[in-house]
Amino acid sequence: MTDVTTHSPASGTGISNVKLGMWAFLGSECLLFGGLISTYMLYRSRVSGGPRPAQIFDIPFTSVSSFILLMSSLTMVLAVSAAHKGDDRKTNLWLTVTALLGATFVGGQVYEFTAFYNEGLGFSTSLFGSSFYTLTGFHGVHVTIGIIMLMSLVGILKRSKVPGKKAEVVEMIGLYWHFVDIVWIIIFTLVYLIPV
Amino acid sequence: MTTENVTEHGATEHGAGMSNAGYIRIAAILAAITGLEVSTVYVDFGPLFLPALLIMMAIKFIMVVSYFMHLKFDNKLFSFMFYSGLVLAVGVYSAALATFEFFIK
Repeated sequence: MTDVTTHSPASGTGISNVKLGMWAFLGSECLLFGGLISTYMLYRSRVSGGPRPAQIFDIPFTSVSSFILLMSSLTMVLAVSAAHKGDDRKTNLWLTVTALLGATFVGGQVYEFTAFYNEGLGFSTSLFGSSFYTLTGFHGVHVTIGIIMLMSLVGILKRSKVPGKKAEVVEMIGLYWHFVDIVWIIIFTLVYLIPV
Repeated sequence: MTTENVTEHGATEHGAGMSNAGYIRIAAILAAITGLEVSTVYVDFGPLFLPALLIMMAIKFIMVVSYFMHLKFDNKLFSFMFYSGLVLAVGVYSAALATFEFFIK
């Protein structure tokens, strides 16, 4: 039986192609979220008789959600650090904690969306509603994809079937997770804290 | 060229100069800045309100990218790839918003 081991392809620059590709992807994601944030900023005052942002936003609740997501970045970086030290047990632990914190954030977002809907802000109620749900919904989907990747990684780490360098795989998912966090740093300030 | 150090066990120590305690310190600073951000909703910062919020947002962004994402310690090509996208996004969408007179209204 042939033993097939996956390695990162050789790079002429001496740096990881996988990592370079991930950074290029994250750079392109800036353009995606830039468009969504700009659209929200443009339409946030167009409420068309529906609720205004100040009437429905629950700043203390969203602040706690933001704090949870911020702390998930800490647990993620601890997972990456443990992976680079070859400590599988701690890597799995921190990856699981990160996924749980992410799931708490997404749960909070689902609760928030439900509360807003009950207060009269549907997706098609106003341009504010459409742009708000699109922006925060896209972010929520990104967090959810991150959680799926984290839990999948925990599963394949336990079975020791990670392709390529184990630490690099954890690091790539970490980069994605931190990106999701920095997007929320911007959304939290521009959408929730700056009044219309 | 990478900045990963090989330890005596052969494992790579990611991000030279940053220990777990260092990451926890960064997280504490980020949490404190978030607290300050939230306080602007309840405390009247007057004309400093908007600049203060934007500066705190930028500081948090740069800290996460530099330390948690290790751009500060990594190859400059990664910084170029990421910041190119970011600068392009800010430029394109600032121009787009300007055409809608967003900054005048």
